[in-house]
Amino acid sequence: MIDYEKILSSTVRDMKPSGIRKFFDIANTMKDVISLGVGEPDFPTPRAVRSAGIRSLELAKTKYTSNRGLELLRQEIQTYVYKKYNIQYEPTSEVLITVGGSEAIDATIRAIVNPGDEVIIPEPSYVCYEPITRLAGGVPVVINTKAENDFKLTPEELLSAITPKTKALILPYPCNPTGAIMEREDLEKIAKVLRDTDIIVISDEIYAELTFGGTKHVSIASLEGMKERTVLINGFSKTFSMTGWRLGYACGPEPILTQITKIHQYAIMCAPTTSQYAAIEALRSCDEAVANMLEEYDARRKVIVKGFNDLGLECREPKGAFYAFPSIKSTGLTSEEFCERLLYSKKVALVPGNAFGESGEGHVRASYCYSLSHIKEALERIGEFLEELKKQ
Amino acid sequence: MNSKILKLIENNARISDADIATIVGISEKEVKAAIHEMESAGIIRGYKTVIDREKLSDDAVSATIELKVVPKAERGFEEVAERIALYPEVESVSLMSGGCDLSVVVTGKTFREVSAFVSKELATIDAVTATSTQFIMKRYKDYGVLLTDEEKDERDAVSL
Repeated sequence: MIDYEKILSSTVRDMKPSGIRKFFDIANTMKDVISLGVGEPDFPTPRAVRSAGIRSLELAKTKYTSNRGLELLRQEIQTYVYKKYNIQYEPTSEVLITVGGSEAIDATIRAIVNPGDEVIIPEPSYVCYEPITRLAGGVPVVINTKAENDFKLTPEELLSAITPKTKALILPYPCNPTGAIMEREDLEKIAKVLRDTDIIVISDEIYAELTFGGTKHVSIASLEGMKERTVLINGFSKTFSMTGWRLGYACGPEPILTQITKIHQYAIMCAPTTSQYAAIEALRSCDEAVANMLEEYDARRKVIVKGFNDLGLECREPKGAFYAFPSIKSTGLTSEEFCERLLYSKKVALVPGNAFGESGEGHVRASYCYSLSHIKEALERIGEFLEELKKQ
Repeated sequence: MNSKILKLIENNARISDADIATIVGISEKEVKAAIHEMESAGIIRGYKTVIDREKLSDDAVSATIELKVVPKAERGFEEVAERIALYPEVESVSLMSGGCDLSVVVTGKTFREVSAFVSKELATIDAVTATSTQFIMKRYKDYGVLLTDEEKDERDAVSL
């Protein structure tokens, strides 16, 4: 008999599975759950995009593309990134099409990190940065961002985390789960800290197009002197409601992109061809579809934020992504206790804030990728739950 | 602002004034006033409910009837259209381009009732020179609302 414990990679064995296993398993198998738990849009992929994918299949465009991705798509990305964020990338050498933003994050960290290098990770944030850093032999250095700063990264926090071993900073804004965004003046302060260093910014901008209240996303790569030290990561999943197509991209300085491309070449070959053809259409013709989705998200956002505050769960205004991150500290429960009890007693699924790092404790993540009536129903049940808690 | 409110209640007439106020960013009182104003101005003409009659044991029958009409010298098709619109059996009356002049949707309890209405009421109007009746066999979508059963949410209840 093989003793698998002995033969498996100890680094991988020591990695925790993402999320809070027990809670997730219960939530995902329970019937008739009114969930506010998902991390993906409810809208169908815009029809024009689906049609473009189908058309490419009918024309039997089902071969590998070049490792970097279709040239036409890279050109469209160049145009899009310039138009939206005012950064110029060279499509032949500074753009790589990846399997979702996830692959871009993985390959970028692996291309940059040597064993022992430190990677600064602001939390609460999406769960992949720390394990990927460890897989690459790096050392995650967590910054616990604070609710009173609207979960923005401050230059003081950054400065105190930097050591001679710091190799990279993850900049995950707009942020899942907090909905925090970094505006231009916030980014300027971060850029000021980084300009005289060799620290590379890995800017995960997957929610860039989902910002509200007239605030447009600013990429740190567009600030003076920052393009050369930034890898910009984005993708199609959230903006165009294309999660299952698995398509993202990385843009950055040629020397870094060359190394990332090698990893991509050996591990992946190329991103799915059908998805690449569909993505060209997304960039070309979906401004209106995206604007309509954004308007709908914004309506839901306002209702859910007011809903939580009216229930006595303090909820700051999330300015980006599609999550509200209310505090449940007033209940005296931990995030996990709150979510488990809510799930069992009212069949409402939220995600405990500590799934996104210790600093998420005391909060829960509520996604508003659901219809307004669904959100209202969930809020009503949460209200009943809170009433029952008070009586106990 | 009015167009924002209109868009919200057009999609869901039962959305609360409080939710409209939250979404549009005005007070509930202002929402009420704006809706009242649009009602008075005849922009909002009424509120109806989309019912899937197949789900009830209610075998209402509907038909679309295309009419050819001789227009009147002064008022064109108006007089006939307005007269037809007054029948409670008539759900909608529209002036059409193309082959027919007026398109009328009629609903009745039975096939026979609708047929009788067409032959005894519509066909006998002097200005009406021809009728062509098409019965509706099944509705898949009405007033922009799908009547086919909604697709199940395929997403997991929780994901990161």
